[in-house]
Amino acid sequence: MEFVSELLISFFLVVAGIFGLVGSFGMIKLRDTMQRLHAPTKATTLGVGGVLIASMLYFLLVEGALSFHELLITLFLFLTAPITANFIAKTYLQANLRQSDLPGTESEYGWSVYQDPPKRSDEG
Amino acid sequence: MITAALYFAFGCFGLGLLFNLWRIATGPDSADRILALDTMVINLIALLILYGVMKGTTVYYEASMLVAMVGFVSTVAYCRFVLRGDIIE
Repeated sequence: MEFVSELLISFFLVVAGIFGLVGSFGMIKLRDTMQRLHAPTKATTLGVGGVLIASMLYFLLVEGALSFHELLITLFLFLTAPITANFIAKTYLQANLRQSDLPGTESEYGWSVYQDPPKRSDEG
Repeated sequence: MITAALYFAFGCFGLGLLFNLWRIATGPDSADRILALDTMVINLIALLILYGVMKGTTVYYEASMLVAMVGFVSTVAYCRFVLRGDIIE
């Protein structure tokens, strides 16, 4: 039983390390900023999730104490990673591309990076 | 076995930090540098939790929670500053 739990924790640690390394390696390997945006926001977040699972299993199986702090950190990271990716993509669009370089939005309003927000009707 | 896996994960995330430092030094754009700083914060959280597992203490969860919050807020503030020239309008 002890061997099985050690094997499980070590498996999660190794998988998390590989995911984190792949995510950071993508930062120097990929060519374009928009391509580079994919590697850290997905792979590295998953790597941290693996580390947190391994830590939770370690304190549950080896130390015998159940703790939920890790779940809080995982939830926070998984909530904030898409928001930071969206902000960084907006920064890149605003610095390097004009509205004429991009396809249309096929709606009444244009891209939010370049245009002011539409006026609400109850504001007059 | 856990110790060997811990050292492997330490090596992976430490190497990842070096890659991010390279991207901060050479990144052609400010968006690249913001992205590399955000990834550094995430790698740092992983290193803190691994250190807590190695020492067998739960103190480092609070530290990593604080680092996660400060990292998110600073990334958003930096992006707002580059986008609009102002953080709170």
